[in-house]
Amino acid sequence: MTNQSHYETLKEIVKIYLPEDVSISEVTEESNFISELNINSANLVDIILDVEDAYGITLENEDMEQMKTVKDALRIVNQKLLEKQ
Amino acid sequence: MNLQHLIARLPYSKPFLFVDSLLEINENYVEGSYTFKENEYFYKGHFKNHPITPGVILVECCAQIGLVALGIFLLQKEGASLENVKIAMSSSQMDFYLPVYPLEFVTVKSEKIYFRFQKLKCEVKMYNSQGKLVCKGSLTGMLKKDIS
Repeated sequence: MTNQSHYETLKEIVKIYLPEDVSISEVTEESNFISELNINSANLVDIILDVEDAYGITLENEDMEQMKTVKDALRIVNQKLLEKQ
Repeated sequence: MNLQHLIARLPYSKPFLFVDSLLEINENYVEGSYTFKENEYFYKGHFKNHPITPGVILVECCAQIGLVALGIFLLQKEGASLENVKIAMSSSQMDFYLPVYPLEFVTVKSEKIYFRFQKLKCEVKMYNSQGKLVCKGSLTGMLKKDIS
């Protein structure tokens, strides 16, 4: 899969957890999950669990701490997929 | 940690502690009970001249036993010091089946679905003294251990 398709996959997952006042069109790679997309820390965990299922990877506590923006999430997904190979 | 010790670790006190005893606890399951006292403060207003335990209090009782007691047990298993545990409920979805009146004894049974990244998700069920289902649903909470 290309980076673009990872981005689309991630957006589909994020969409489920966006509060009603944030639209999916506002999501960019730079978006901060908590401060910009108004996703709470509990829903951020849900996003991580869905990402794990979508890619068959396992994230650690340190990964979660680093996962502030959509871009961070993409970087972590790519890194985990590389480690898996 | 024994079960009575664990109750002492719960961050609640009267009039907002809704756990009398913990009957069983392990990594995946907790069971506890509470008897609603005749003079609980909320019976004065819920309802006028007709005391019934509010649904939110049933949820709270389920959460104190099913999420918080289990969560503290799990944190302690991980070796956390329990001095500064921070707890927040993050979601609740409950269905209610029977009313609970003053002096009723209830049992809460909670099964862990997952505990990852400080988020605990459980399926909880509350039963009355006849063993009838009072309410059931799914609760999640965040449990943060203070490292400092």
